[in-house]
Amino acid sequence: MSSILEKLDMGKYALYVWGSFGVTAACMILEPLLLRSRAARIQRQIARLNRLETNKR
Amino acid sequence: MQNRLINWFKFSSPATFYPLAGRLAPIFWVLAIVLIGIGLYMSFFVAPVDYKQGDGYRIIFIHVPASWMSMFIYIVMAGWSAIGLIFNTRLSAMMAQALAPTGAMFAFVSLWTGSFWGKPMWGTWWVWDARITSELILLFLYLGYMALVGAIDDRRRADRAGAILLLVGVVNVPIIYFSVKWWNTLHQGATIKMNGQTSMDETMLQTMLIMALGFWAYSIAAAMVRVRAIILEREMGATWVRELIGDRA
Repeated sequence: MSSILEKLDMGKYALYVWGSFGVTAACMILEPLLLRSRAARIQRQIARLNRLETNKR
Repeated sequence: MQNRLINWFKFSSPATFYPLAGRLAPIFWVLAIVLIGIGLYMSFFVAPVDYKQGDGYRIIFIHVPASWMSMFIYIVMAGWSAIGLIFNTRLSAMMAQALAPTGAMFAFVSLWTGSFWGKPMWGTWWVWDARITSELILLFLYLGYMALVGAIDDRRRADRAGAILLLVGVVNVPIIYFSVKWWNTLHQGATIKMNGQTSMDETMLQTMLIMALGFWAYSIAAAMVRVRAIILEREMGATWVRELIGDRA
């Protein structure tokens, strides 16, 4: 465990390395989540339209 | 003879591409997670400390792949736009629109990580250097494209206007790529050269290439999911969409 932490210790570059990897990770996790909610939203919307039309008939 | 030709136009129809994209997306998500996982492991546990830049150099493992992707995605979008203008296929513009936010994200990541590398190495967060400025213009091109397409209500007009903007803007990509050669820039020259002479440690190079492949898989996966959402949004009135979704969800 301590050797892992040692490897991850970026010394005086910690802010810059983790600032870079952190923001990149945030972007690449956020985008798929936003995509999933966009896909779900449009599917719900179409399903709702379908229900409305079935009810009319 | 006729039977042996693949009918490429078959997949230019949103109705046939929708299920194909749905099958491709999970494959590329898995590839992306595996490759980026290996890449991250190598970035911190395998790649050695740089003799000059210490641990700070590790930023390049995301900076370089992100920069490549930002340029590559733009070229692919311009390619789709050209196809769309020539063959008048609806899917082309949808593909370009599906790629744009991912490309913009990578352009942002490229600038952000570049800035975080520049501060400790050059002593500044930002300079109006030719390469950095042209990458910033690339980000603005992405944002401009998305704003333009979103601002025009008529979908066909939006597609065409967007396509023309993308094709005009493609001139910026070689400017970014060759900027370090054409001008005296603060940004260093290419480490990975087209003629194969690379001035880099073997494991560092492998790490960077694995990360680049991971980002590549990620981009394809994201584009496939987004294009499916775009297809549904735009074809909402079509019978096949209505039947596909049904009344659940």
